[in-house]
Amino acid sequence: MGATTHAGHHHEVHSDSHHHELGFWQKYIFSTDHKVIGIQYGVMSLLFMLFGFSLMMLMRWSIAYPDTPLPVLGKALQHVFGPDALPNGAMGPDLYNAFGAMHGTIMVFLAIVPLAFAAFGNYVVPLQIGAPDMAFPRVNMASFQCFFLGGVVMFASFFIPGGAAKSGWTSYSPLATLAERGIMFNGQTFWLIGMVLLITSSLLGAVNFIATIIQLRAPGMTWMRLPFFCWAQFITAFILLLAFPPLEAAGVMQLMDNLFGTSFFLPSGLMMGGTTPVPVSGGGSPLLWQHLFWFLAHPEVYVLILPAMGIISEIISNNTRKPLWGYKSLVYSVFAVGFISFIVWAHHMYLTGMGTKISTFFQTTTMIISIPSVIILTCLFISLWGGSIRFNTQMLFALAFLPMFGIGGLTGLPLGFNFSDLHLHDTYYVIAHFHYVVAPGTIFGLFAGIYHWYPKITGRFMNEFWGKVHFWLSLIFMNAVFQPMFLQGMHGMIRRMYNGGATYAAAANQVGLPPEIIDLNRWVSHGAWFLGLAQIPFIINFFWSIRGGKKVTNDNPWDATTLEWDTPTPPPHGNFDKPVAIYRGPYEYSVPGHATDFTMQSMPDKAAKH
Amino acid sequence: MEIPYNHEARPDTGLYNAKVGIWLFLASEVMLFGALFSAYILLRVGADPGTWPHGLLNIPIGTFNTAVLITSSVTVVLGWAALQMGNFAAYRKYQAVTILCALGFLGIKSFEYKDKFGHYEVWLKEPVTVKHGQKEVKTDRLLGHIDYNGTHPYFWKTETLAAKKVESFKFAPDPYHYTMSAKEMAHAKRDSAGIEHAEIEIKSSQVKRLSAFVPAHSTFFAIYFTLTALHGLHVLGGALVIAYIWGPGAKLWKTNPVQYTNRVEISGLFWHFVDLVWIFLFPVIYLL
Amino acid sequence: MEKLLGLPVLASEHGAEVDKFIIYVHYLMIVLFVGWGAYFLYAIWRFRSSRNPKASYAGVTSNVSSYLELAVAAVEIVLLVGFAVPLWARVADKFPPEKESQLMRVTGQQFAWGARYPGADGKFGKQDITLVSSANPMGLYQLDDKRKAEDPEGADDINLPANAEIAIPVNKDIIVSITSLDVIHSFKVPAFRLTQDAIPGLRLPIHFKATRTNTYQINCAQLCGVGHSNMKGIIKVVSQAEFDAWLKSKAGSAPVSFE
Ligand code: HEA
Ligand code: HEA
Ligand code: CUA
Ligand SMILES: [Cu+2]
Repeated sequence: MGATTHAGHHHEVHSDSHHHELGFWQKYIFSTDHKVIGIQYGVMSLLFMLFGFSLMMLMRWSIAYPDTPLPVLGKALQHVFGPDALPNGAMGPDLYNAFGAMHGTIMVFLAIVPLAFAAFGNYVVPLQIGAPDMAFPRVNMASFQCFFLGGVVMFASFFIPGGAAKSGWTSYSPLATLAERGIMFNGQTFWLIGMVLLITSSLLGAVNFIATIIQLRAPGMTWMRLPFFCWAQFITAFILLLAFPPLEAAGVMQLMDNLFGTSFFLPSGLMMGGTTPVPVSGGGSPLLWQHLFWFLAHPEVYVLILPAMGIISEIISNNTRKPLWGYKSLVYSVFAVGFISFIVWAHHMYLTGMGTKISTFFQTTTMIISIPSVIILTCLFISLWGGSIRFNTQMLFALAFLPMFGIGGLTGLPLGFNFSDLHLHDTYYVIAHFHYVVAPGTIFGLFAGIYHWYPKITGRFMNEFWGKVHFWLSLIFMNAVFQPMFLQGMHGMIRRMYNGGATYAAAANQVGLPPEIIDLNRWVSHGAWFLGLAQIPFIINFFWSIRGGKKVTNDNPWDATTLEWDTPTPPPHGNFDKPVAIYRGPYEYSVPGHATDFTMQSMPDKAAKH
Repeated sequence: MEIPYNHEARPDTGLYNAKVGIWLFLASEVMLFGALFSAYILLRVGADPGTWPHGLLNIPIGTFNTAVLITSSVTVVLGWAALQMGNFAAYRKYQAVTILCALGFLGIKSFEYKDKFGHYEVWLKEPVTVKHGQKEVKTDRLLGHIDYNGTHPYFWKTETLAAKKVESFKFAPDPYHYTMSAKEMAHAKRDSAGIEHAEIEIKSSQVKRLSAFVPAHSTFFAIYFTLTALHGLHVLGGALVIAYIWGPGAKLWKTNPVQYTNRVEISGLFWHFVDLVWIFLFPVIYLL
Repeated sequence: MEKLLGLPVLASEHGAEVDKFIIYVHYLMIVLFVGWGAYFLYAIWRFRSSRNPKASYAGVTSNVSSYLELAVAAVEIVLLVGFAVPLWARVADKFPPEKESQLMRVTGQQFAWGARYPGADGKFGKQDITLVSSANPMGLYQLDDKRKAEDPEGADDINLPANAEIAIPVNKDIIVSITSLDVIHSFKVPAFRLTQDAIPGLRLPIHFKATRTNTYQINCAQLCGVGHSNMKGIIKVVSQAEFDAWLKSKAGSAPVSFE
């Protein structure tokens, strides 16, 4: 049945959906349909990802060629950000810091989270559990609108006096409060307001996801029949729900510091420029901010990875044509990750003067949390064994995810032991570590998801050839960019330097960074720019295929087993054109004695046999 | 298209959607206020001796406000119960009381705020002699009220003196300071009850720092105002929702009483949470 | 292996252990990566659809994997209990006796490092937050005419202006307490395998022993504003004799307003 086309159904669906035809605004802008909202999230977050990446491509110029005018763009940017932001067309440190902070903020909060959680979650989860929509469609719309506003505020902050927030995505106080103190509504204030909006959006989303998965599972969709992707989203939603509010509180407190002159995060006796006392009461604690920030930001990193893991699990099972190995341990592992991720945050603060007891606690939890990740990866590796592997584009990205995340994860270990962190903290080693998990890790997972679900969303395939070109180039250049950073980090090259460490170059009778390490910057930057070019085939493929791609002839083009492939293509408002019932687990591939090598969750045993 | 379990409970979970939603939302709210409370603890524990104000909040008023909120909590339940009995009129009465309590609470709170904004601490370069209770003390930190040719200004800070070109101003010092122990402070207050304490003249040149009891005064008032204001916003929000359901939203009772009752229940749950926060907030900030 | 990982010049005692430890951890990582990597490549070659058209429903039935996972856990425990914790305890808690060590205080500010040494008496002058003013950012008794008398120990302190070169004696325990005047900085000397955030309002002590005379760089590792990338300090490791001479030459330098 999955194999029969729904062309027939199509007409019915349309005809009977005529009497509640919605106008353009209702349908595309103020829609409450989870699929439309998912697409809204998707497109906006992809654009933000491109933007965040572009910022970094500009920064990479300054790192590779400090204080040299940006080719072509230098003058143009001067017009946007003012001449002193780019002295004679070269990126100044202030602009670099602003771009750096916004690169991090945008990539995390405006690109990956909305794409991995909100976009894929919104589109796929209700379909996979057999629900007509989210539990609270209007809340869902509100969530997107908050996200949109948050994005606008963040984007606007580039063009205000003083420029965007420039204290890192971590926004450590006192710097975040003292930088640009002259301007009341400065970049940092915008950042905080933007964050409050984004947090609100995530909270609304999280409530909605959890309620939907608990309440709207179709008959027969027991917990242990949930596709692993839904489990990943379920845990992710819980993390967002419980980890974000403390940052919201911290944000409010920092807003108070910036706008009302309080001293939540400002200790007594602060001196600017070495001689001017800061006119505040003092008595606050800079570490308080760090604790509240990392209490969110560590769980947040698992928010960045879990949905990607969910996506690639679906794709690996589908393209190995066999069940996921160890589905149960996968589920328990994400649970474990979810819980433990709340008690490891201070591993970002080992060098703030932590005693042995506390650091021992956080080292231990940090090591403990690496175990479930090991288990997850192991299960996925073993799932390959005995499969009949199809190497389509999404599978290539999914497979590449494994070693890439592996590298990123493994290099988390030396950071997790504070004795080695003593040397590696705040170096490019950290940068390399987490980019391996989020860039060739999460981003590859997301690419895989896009290639995988595109046919269901648009009714057309993306071009395989250009897909593979996109994959191989991305894989090569990702590694060209991030591999050298480990070496630079080991040499002690620190983060957040607009001149890429030129200051610390070894000099006659002075120990410092060897020239070849600094020269690596050029190599890395070129890698980044080529990585940018490598996205062009994808972007063209993405838009061109909407009209020009090969049509799907079948509602289940990948011969998959989960419910989203049992809907008309694209699914109508309300998703299912017939009552749904679930008879089996999510990954019944190559079941001995079944007619096809895939058995959909919605297929009764009798039908499956022949 | 109809979302399942919108009003009726799902058999295996025993809950309808909105109920799940509100509980989840409240969980996140717990984390929000939890973070602020832990911030309070951290700041208080970390404060240098003699810098953490105490005994400056109006406990009687606070207590009264607590009573007001608790009352509203009760009437919310009664209102919902009445509605389940199908007694719409009774529900209307009870819920009206709830809304009035909410407004009362906010009114009293804003009065409390206003009182703080006109109450000052001044740090002097040279100590002066004032009466604390019965005995004379030399101190360079005074609490009290500014009397600037007849007016009692609000929100003054150190910079204001220069901005307004104030050479000097009259200051009515309180007979106590929070650098005393709570016990001493109570005594000083009692001993000087009813006594008109003499105003003193303070030269602006003598002022090291001047601040009203505003968030910027100290981390104590910072956290006090942040917590209470955030709570106040919750009260306001809750009151608006309840009032909407009570007034314009009441049409639904005719068409779909089940859903209407659910709405009342949900808003009630939120209201209980808001009260609960205050039940924590009051002792922690006012009494401890 | 040091070369392979690209560990830089080493010039401190505990640094040797740090390097050893980093190398152990990387052995674990490399074993896991190579092992799984080999398996991974073999698996996707062996089970490509053209070679294995029919997938197996059961897949792997043995539970080797759980042993693998247990092994990883075991090694991590060893690294943690056997090395990381005790070694950290040594750097973080077990301070050498003050008499045998060279004390100093380092203060970060936008965008420079300044240092204080106690004079011959080996004791620092008193400081008090309430004395802090533009003229006396560190609230030194010495800079306060009224309190100066109460603070004989401070009289002979040596205060180097920010940005001045700092020197320390070789092969002697150094105890540095680190703080900041304004925002958070981070005192990092890669050659010493040392990082310590400089946090305003806190004075955080660290100790180490430099083992090689040379000139090294103090990096500011924590984003601290527009000058962050140029906040470099110079720290010289010299023989005890040279150090004493150097310190004498600086002696008597009036307590400069910024430190
Ligand atoms: C998706 C994001 C993500 C993920 C999943 C992780 C995962 C981990 N991270 Fe990472 N981390 C970040 C994002 C992430 N991190 C970010 C953004 C920062 C920097 C923030 C900032 O300062 O700006 C950071 C920083 C950071 C620090 C602070 C460093 C410092 O500032 O000094 C630490 C320290 O403990 C750490 C540890 C870990 C650990 C132990 C894991 C573990 O969970 C990893 C567990 C996984 C494994 C152990 C891999 C298992 C694999 C195999 C067994 C097979 C391998 C072989 C093949 C695949 C062939 N991370
Ligand atoms: C999820 C988070 C995330 C992601 C994905 C990335 C991606 C990348 N980052 Fe990221 N980065 C951070 C989070 C992230 N970064 C954070 C938190 C910091 C710390 C900031 C701070 O110091 O405070 C940081 C810092 C940081 C630095 C260090 C700066 C410094 O310390 O001075 C560098 C340096 O090279 C860097 C480079 C890159 C590069 C080359 C990529 C590339 O991998 C990007 C690749 C992107 C793509 C391939 C997407 C292409 C676009 C599309 C496909 C969209 C197509 C559009 C449509 C179809 C409409 N980043
Ligand atoms: Cu100081 Cu960076
Ligand atoms: Cu972390």
